[in-house]
Amino acid sequence: MYRYDEFDRTFVDQRVAQFRDQVRRRLEGELSEDEFRPLRLMNGLYLQLHAYMLRVAVPYGTLSAAQMRKLAHIARRYDRGYGHFTTRQNIQYNWPKLSETPDLLDELAEVEMHAIQTSGNCIRNVTADQFAGVAADEIEDPRIYAEIIRQWSSLHPEFSFLPRKFKVAVTGATRDRAAVKVHDIGLFIRRNAAGEVGFEVVVGGGQGRTPMIAKTVRSFVEKRHLLSYLEAIMRVYNQFGRRDNKFKARIKILVHEIGIEEFTRRVEAEWAEIRDGVLDLPADEVARIHAYFAPPAYEPEGEAAATLARQRLSDPAFNAWVRSNAVAHKQPGYAIANISLKPEGGVPGDATAEQMDAVADLAEQYSFSEIRVTHEQNLVLPDVRQDALYELWQALDAQGLATPNLNLVTDIIACPGLDYCSLANARSIPIAQRLSRRFADLKRQHDIGELRIKISGCINACGHHHVGHIGILGVDRKGEEYYQITLGGSADEDAAIGKIIGPAFSSAEVVDALEAIVETYLRVRREGERFIDTYGRVGAEPFKEVLYAAA
Amino acid sequence: MITQVVTANRLVDGIVVFLAADGGWSERFDLAAVSRSEEASRRLLGIAEQAEADRVVVAPYLIDVREEDGAVRPVRFREHIRAFGPPVHPQFARPGAGA
Repeated sequence: MYRYDEFDRTFVDQRVAQFRDQVRRRLEGELSEDEFRPLRLMNGLYLQLHAYMLRVAVPYGTLSAAQMRKLAHIARRYDRGYGHFTTRQNIQYNWPKLSETPDLLDELAEVEMHAIQTSGNCIRNVTADQFAGVAADEIEDPRIYAEIIRQWSSLHPEFSFLPRKFKVAVTGATRDRAAVKVHDIGLFIRRNAAGEVGFEVVVGGGQGRTPMIAKTVRSFVEKRHLLSYLEAIMRVYNQFGRRDNKFKARIKILVHEIGIEEFTRRVEAEWAEIRDGVLDLPADEVARIHAYFAPPAYEPEGEAAATLARQRLSDPAFNAWVRSNAVAHKQPGYAIANISLKPEGGVPGDATAEQMDAVADLAEQYSFSEIRVTHEQNLVLPDVRQDALYELWQALDAQGLATPNLNLVTDIIACPGLDYCSLANARSIPIAQRLSRRFADLKRQHDIGELRIKISGCINACGHHHVGHIGILGVDRKGEEYYQITLGGSADEDAAIGKIIGPAFSSAEVVDALEAIVETYLRVRREGERFIDTYGRVGAEPFKEVLYAAA
Repeated sequence: MITQVVTANRLVDGIVVFLAADGGWSERFDLAAVSRSEEASRRLLGIAEQAEADRVVVAPYLIDVREEDGAVRPVRFREHIRAFGPPVHPQFARPGAGA
């Protein structure tokens, strides 16, 4: 894992001291709320529906056991005993006190964490494939470049007051697990015809009220040009992005309004000015960062695979968990273990302090002290020996963390919704809870297969509903919660925006409607077809019929 | 006719509070001072804005309420959730739901 150098340490410590002084001045009356608001937002502190909310950055979703233990401590000491993992691989606390926030941030800094750039019109926490460095389908580890981008974009004076917030995602794998194409900038690590490794750069993806899939601005950027190319894009956006209308200020609107050809022309012109300059990435600097992410000391495979096979045969419940939650690792004898934060009836992404402590302990014991947070609001132990999975599973089960539902119908993304959020029009969490109970039967879940349900409580789409195979959007209809359903969205390498199937459903109706959609899929699917494949083949009609025929 | 109360967040910890009849701030919705006229609403909001200037609360505003079976309730569902806590966490339910 990356460790702070002197520079990182200094800027984080200085920021905490600065914020401590700002909080003091606010409480003593030297700063009004209008003066203080932008300062607290620069440090990730929002005022939400019920209380302040602090969003802590988890760079590219990578955590050490010590960091996770600190997050548990903060949940206990400064909050109400839990935290919420988000679709930006971050963690949010829902009840911190303003007066205690400086102490909280001091404690975070002890483990090289902070809440800087988790809000505001700047480059936000860079996200990455949660299987970075261990995925079997990976060209190169994206964390190295995510870390380089983190360093470049942190406190970058030119990009601290962009037209709007800015989100970057990176993957090094062929399967896109990081929703790269719905980011302002997405980076795919690619190998060109000459065998060199570089980046395909896509721009202008996003969700919210104007969902768009990113377009390729350059199919191959050499590694050493990564930062100068990104800077050229940021400069074009900073200069031409709209500042007159908040809803048209994201880069996707600029790309859409001037077209990808004109946008590319402007980027290339800017790049011609700044390439081969100070932003040139020296190979030795890349190597220095690379060293932080060197693989751990894996042990020889030995009997690991055979032991796992025997244990799977002897325990069907364990077998079900391995089948859905363990993923192929690049290293023989190892597996990637996914920890579902979507138990039946639970709040997607929530973890108690006890669960966080348990995950920290298990990471130390079984996964070289490393943990990942996924944008789908789950956790990952990336480096588990196959013959340790059985013990791990038993320990997870004791903490309510062994739900075997990865990528299945109950592995639902849900935003906080009206239970917590000032902006929401309707609740999201209770819909996820009711769906998880309706589809609780595991056999049925596995029969349904891969199905991504994503729920947002308003059009800002924090719950990624546009790219759900089935998306659910909460709307307020004359004071009542209604839910609009979209079908056919996808967040992977074949990214697509879902289409609205028809009139919205009341809260009482929406779970039945979802079940009717799933039953229709089961009826019309062909052998081996996932929900999204069937939808692609038959379109919306069969689903519309069953949902609205009676009307 | 209007029926309103004033709500805000307490500056120091962000917790939702209501302007009470005695001019103080309470976490209990059922202790909120109820305005039944535009003039009374203006007066309550004036008190609240002074409290904001005095650093007691942040972002005060008026919400519509209705009287039902002798109890006062927020009209909007959002304000109901804000007054009584997130429904998803009954353990964090706030007192003062009234009858």
